[in-house]
Amino acid sequence: MSTPSNLERRDFLRRLAAGGLVLAVGPAGIRGLKALPAFFAAGDPLQASVYLSVGEDGLVTVTCHRSEMGQGVRTALCMVIADELEADWTTIRLEQAIGDPKYGNQNTDGSSSIRTGQYAMLRTAGAAAREMLERAAAAEWSVPETQVSARNGTVVHATTGRSLPFGRLVARARSLPVPAAPRLKDASQFRFIGKDVTGLDMHAILTGRATFGQDAKMAGMKIAVILHPPVYGASVATVDSAAALQVTGVERVITLATTPIPSGFQPLGGVAVIAGSTWAAMQGRRALKVTWTASPNDTHDSEAYRTALETSARAPGRVVRKQGDVAAALSGSAQKVTAEYYAPHLAQAPMEPPAAVANVSADGCEIWTCTQDPQSARNEVATALKIPKEKVICHVTLLGGAFGRKSKPDYIVEAALLSREMKAPVKVVWTREDDIQNGFPHTVAFQHLEAALDAKGRVGAWLHRVASPSINSTFAPGVTDLSDGELALGILDLPYAIPNLQVESCRAEGHSRIGWYRSVSNIPHAFAISSFVDELAHAAGRDPRDFILELLGPDHIVDMANAGAVKPVDNYGDTWAAHPIDTARYRKVVELVTKAAGWGKKLPKGEGLGLAVHRSFLTYVAVVVHARVSATGEIVLPRVDIAMDCGFVVHPERVRSQAEGAVIMGLSNAMTSELSFKNGRVAQSNFNTYKVLRMSAAPRELHVHLAASGGPPGGVGEPGVPPVAPALANAIFAATGKRIRSLPVGSQLAGAG
Amino acid sequence: MLITVNGTPHTYDGDPLQPLLWYLRDELGLTGTKFGCGISACGACTVHVGGTAIHSCVTPMKSVADKQVRTIEGLSADGDHAVQKAWAEANVPQCGYCQSGQMMTAAALLEKTPKPTEADIDHAMSAVICRCGTYTRIRAAIVAASAGGR
Repeated sequence: MSTPSNLERRDFLRRLAAGGLVLAVGPAGIRGLKALPAFFAAGDPLQASVYLSVGEDGLVTVTCHRSEMGQGVRTALCMVIADELEADWTTIRLEQAIGDPKYGNQNTDGSSSIRTGQYAMLRTAGAAAREMLERAAAAEWSVPETQVSARNGTVVHATTGRSLPFGRLVARARSLPVPAAPRLKDASQFRFIGKDVTGLDMHAILTGRATFGQDAKMAGMKIAVILHPPVYGASVATVDSAAALQVTGVERVITLATTPIPSGFQPLGGVAVIAGSTWAAMQGRRALKVTWTASPNDTHDSEAYRTALETSARAPGRVVRKQGDVAAALSGSAQKVTAEYYAPHLAQAPMEPPAAVANVSADGCEIWTCTQDPQSARNEVATALKIPKEKVICHVTLLGGAFGRKSKPDYIVEAALLSREMKAPVKVVWTREDDIQNGFPHTVAFQHLEAALDAKGRVGAWLHRVASPSINSTFAPGVTDLSDGELALGILDLPYAIPNLQVESCRAEGHSRIGWYRSVSNIPHAFAISSFVDELAHAAGRDPRDFILELLGPDHIVDMANAGAVKPVDNYGDTWAAHPIDTARYRKVVELVTKAAGWGKKLPKGEGLGLAVHRSFLTYVAVVVHARVSATGEIVLPRVDIAMDCGFVVHPERVRSQAEGAVIMGLSNAMTSELSFKNGRVAQSNFNTYKVLRMSAAPRELHVHLAASGGPPGGVGEPGVPPVAPALANAIFAATGKRIRSLPVGSQLAGAG
Repeated sequence: MLITVNGTPHTYDGDPLQPLLWYLRDELGLTGTKFGCGISACGACTVHVGGTAIHSCVTPMKSVADKQVRTIEGLSADGDHAVQKAWAEANVPQCGYCQSGQMMTAAALLEKTPKPTEADIDHAMSAVICRCGTYTRIRAAIVAASAGGR
């Protein structure tokens, strides 16, 4: 191995490995680290992602390879390790990992930080370290290992009551073999897992001392604000920077090249104003006079595009799932129901707009930023700077919200390119206008559904067509409809027992960047499916709850291998064996939420309850919205209930807070938010025109019900969102008789109450 | 001009139109006050000027000459203001980015209206957006921190 560069020396793992008991933990096992090269070997099968260190000072250091954006991952990782380690919670120190493959998959995406085997891996790691410390103590005292046990940061000898703190045992423990299958605690002995623990970042947040990407600093740092092309694919034609350079504090104006489309994670290009202060940079940008080249997307218009999607979804598409004979069943049915649904583009709009500080030097590039995926940031920066990725160090700050936006590192690449030009550290500050107008919008979708009801009101046929541009269109040319992975988000995995079923993906080309948004294509898919099920229930004259339970059929596991899918269906990256579709779990969350919400109760005129259930990210969620619609069409939500079965729960308080947040974001999506294009440009610019939910519109009561199913953990951050919009639409129908088939609800209810 | 921030006087001779937000963040290093929109639409930048909650992103420096400014860093010595304690008790923050603005707005509300009604709380707090969706916990925390809740 070569001598580490100055940048590499800043990696704290090198410091820890000097004297502590350090374990590298991965899905393939655990390894003790006494020397540096062990975790730098290329192709090492260990695939470690978390590192755990017990120092001679007694401090327990845990690396967090995933990004913290409010979901509580930093605290949850420590809770699991500290519990099995029997650590004293006050000795726990968290180190946020830099972007490096030695931390495994760091992409904080897909609600995966706990569910993807991490939970078992973390427990084993804590237990292994505990066993090594216990063995060291037994050796120290020359007593049998069975007589010693770790307790709250010390190891105690049961018969004599002697004890030694962990720090005193480290020197001996680190030379012991690492147990491959250490004894795990019984769940009844848990001190942190399944309990409510105050978040590690709480105090810093409450006192304004938490550092987010927008707060990151480097000595001698310049601030850059960038005027991005207004239309996807346009680049700078001419720049008049004279007035900008007159602004006090502005130092330079730099033109950034536009990445040819599809541009992937690379920047949009534009004109950067670099100044000594943020205000000067913003003033300078305002003074720029820039003209842009033509783009193939100059005429993109959301109204016309909606019509195009409509036409597309009304004709046959690519068949991706087929059971029975839908056409025959539809034509011969007692009652045929057809409905179409539209869900617009959305902006993630995290409260913290994207930001990054980069310093390019002879050593390489050092970065501090709010990113969901520091490894992709590192790779994209290395590509843009044409330097080896080993020379890029990406530190991760706290993320002021992300919701998928910050898994795309274009703003980080911008900072690196500008730092190279300026030969100084540069912070790129995205404004809210940049965020709304130059981001990676959530896809837009038009869906056409048809179903056949027999004389008894049973669903005999189901046709679902979706036209929605794919995220893949941002990364590859020639993408003309949703990917199989996106179709697996709610459509291909439809659990209902319907004999004749067909799913088709229809043509929809992208005209902007398209990106991940909390729960992704589950949002439009769940809106259409759960609204349509409600429509069918009413068409059949049935109670929607009873109708859903009947559609699910008797409790069973849905055999996705024999469900008519043309290709194997993805299960959020997990296996169908470990996480099958279990209709009993659907049933239980429906029963739990409807009972809690008082389903069936008599309500005054203008009020109604709406129900929706959806499985995503291996977690089952049912929502009941209680809506009151005034004579003028104003919606008040007296209460929302959300029931979630996410399997085993590590941190119930954060699961509840994620569920609450999902309800608010789901309502925001459903009631107010819409991103649209006119002449290729985003029509909204800030929170005055891109509307999100405020407290006044939030439900008066919000109740979370966790179903204690205890199975392997499912995702938590995203799965609460999808059922919220259809539950609201169904509640509005119950309250007013008006069916919402196009989001957002906006002013559609004027006069409906 | 003179400006007092969290009890410390400072002289300022820069651009009189620079918003207070950027003076606090870039020049004083008080980054607890956040940038969210720049147009007084989200409340992340809320601070107190003379005890009133204002949006520092649209407040030019010339308008705060000789005024007393309080930021989240000056709300209490160590997170022990009633609002901060209630926030901790209710586990309000998720990502935390908007919470300085939320707490400063709530603290100003409670100073003027020690026993706010539900409508008072919704009215004052609807100035501050939270994308993580902590609104119902914020409502509960404000009630807990109010004269009625203690």
